[in-house]
Amino acid sequence: MSTEREDQALLSVHDLAVSYHGRHGAVAALRGVSLELRARECLGVVGESGCGKTQLLHAVMGLCSGGAQLQGSVRYRGRELLGAPPATLAALRGRRLALVFQDPLSALNPYLRIGTQLCEGARRQLGLTRRDAGRRASALLDTVQIEQPALRLRQYPHELSGGMRQRVMIAMALMCDPEVLLLDEPTTALDVTVQAQVLAVLRELRARTGMAMIFVTHDLSVLAAIADRVAVMYAGRVVELAPAAQLYAAPRHPYTAGLLHSMPRLDAPLYERLPAIPGQPPRPGDDTVGCAFAPRCPLVHARCALMPALRAANDLAVGDAWVACHVDGPPQRLREIWT
Amino acid sequence: MSAAATMAGSWRQFWQRFNARRSTTVALWTLALIVAATLLVPVFSPYDYSTPAWTRIFTAPTWRGGQLFGTDALGRDLLVRVMWGCRISLLVGLVASLVSVVIGVLWGATAGYLGGRSDALLMRAVDVLYSVPFIPLVIVLNVLFGRHLLLVFAGIGAVSWLDIARIVRGQTLAIRNREYIDAARALGVRAPAMIRRHVIPNLLGIVIVYATLTVPAVILFEALLSFLGLGVQAPLASLGSLVAEGASEMQANPYLLIIPALLLSLIVLCLNHLGDRLRDALDPHEH
Repeated sequence: MSTEREDQALLSVHDLAVSYHGRHGAVAALRGVSLELRARECLGVVGESGCGKTQLLHAVMGLCSGGAQLQGSVRYRGRELLGAPPATLAALRGRRLALVFQDPLSALNPYLRIGTQLCEGARRQLGLTRRDAGRRASALLDTVQIEQPALRLRQYPHELSGGMRQRVMIAMALMCDPEVLLLDEPTTALDVTVQAQVLAVLRELRARTGMAMIFVTHDLSVLAAIADRVAVMYAGRVVELAPAAQLYAAPRHPYTAGLLHSMPRLDAPLYERLPAIPGQPPRPGDDTVGCAFAPRCPLVHARCALMPALRAANDLAVGDAWVACHVDGPPQRLREIWT
Repeated sequence: MSAAATMAGSWRQFWQRFNARRSTTVALWTLALIVAATLLVPVFSPYDYSTPAWTRIFTAPTWRGGQLFGTDALGRDLLVRVMWGCRISLLVGLVASLVSVVIGVLWGATAGYLGGRSDALLMRAVDVLYSVPFIPLVIVLNVLFGRHLLLVFAGIGAVSWLDIARIVRGQTLAIRNREYIDAARALGVRAPAMIRRHVIPNLLGIVIVYATLTVPAVILFEALLSFLGLGVQAPLASLGSLVAEGASEMQANPYLLIIPALLLSLIVLCLNHLGDRLRDALDPHEH
């Protein structure tokens, strides 16, 4: 991408690959992901289970387990994070980059009070006193709309409801006022009303602080409510990256079109089966040559045996769309292939 | 509801859960009674543990003169001697267990959390200490430094933390992969704070159970040493040395063996039971 944009990027991920050594050789979780997060932007990342969404966030935070092999580069404000010394990473974590975990029940220590867990990062990273950290924690619980914050701070995770725990996780990530907030399916475990509350909290936060976010989910409708740009991942790669409105209106990749097509619709006739993309995504261990989506793609042809590169979808007036597909037809056609 | 009220509430809750069964109450009261007796009896008794009374050798338990447990081969009051024995045994049990728990938890948690080379190094040290033959070691220490209660502490402490270190390391390996550890790392928490605040509190349940099981084990261990004549210095007695003395007289005067042996078993039984109940009561998942 152009150098001008490079300058704006808070976080840039370039050709990131993560693999693990399994019993049957290397298992690739990410196969070369390139993304960038600009200041004040909310970048949505969407994809099926196992496509590498969580791995992407963990790789950015440097949290991949010891057996992981990482390649490529992750830069925060131009500073390389891959292979950076542990102390450098520890200083950035929480303070500059914060991660909201997917499952708030397992990501909260059951033996520690909410208050203790909220405060410990801030006391370490910002050098706050116990009292100041407590006050800040209480204010943040208020921000994420948890009532009686003083009481909640004294409670243990099991005493809170799932929605409250999720909001506590968000408050925890906000304790040090990070520049980049990474959210790993923050609404997946919640019912729709709580989900709407959490999204409202995040939107309000963004409007107020201009915090940049990467929002990972498998729910396209959630992203429609919050993301500026959306990256669609499939089998460890980004297959399409476009401004949200454009992606929803005119998907460029057959997979994106399929995902949009299989969203449940209110105006669909009752008792009709939900449309689905036939077939299964490749498992992380499978060796894919060429386009990973080819076996499920209605538009597959000879060229798909070669890996398509992420290229600018340049036939559109709005230049900011990228797609990894050999097919270069008008977007209308993609709509039709799934019906 | 104020925060302080929930605090008090959780303690009351803990106490209710801990005390839910009558057996717990019985064990607690029995132990309390024994501890009170060991503290009070030697103070108020007209007899002491070391002065021989040649006219009263081998008196069977009797109400006369308040010698409820009778006297031993030197005419010394067995009640006072048993109470002193309990004091020593409980003291050894508590101090040696405390020391071994502290060392064992820190050692095991550090090894388990850091992993890799540090883990290998720390755990090989444990293996080496395991392979040291214990009884000969205590004999050598006795020969070198003379008989002293501190040596009993040191000898027992040196061995009993090894088990705890191994158990704690195993638990830590499991805890290390929990998501809340990653979550804390994602907030910039570093290794020492991580071990102190996230690993050790999660070990609490198993450590408390193991510690309460270590106390009776150490008491039995001390009894074994004293039985072999390697423990406390006569005329001071521990339950172990009293059992040893009693064993040599068991055909003519069985009460000399039965009384200290019963008391030893009773203490060990109570402690074991309380350890179990404590674990049940402390598990926050079941609140």
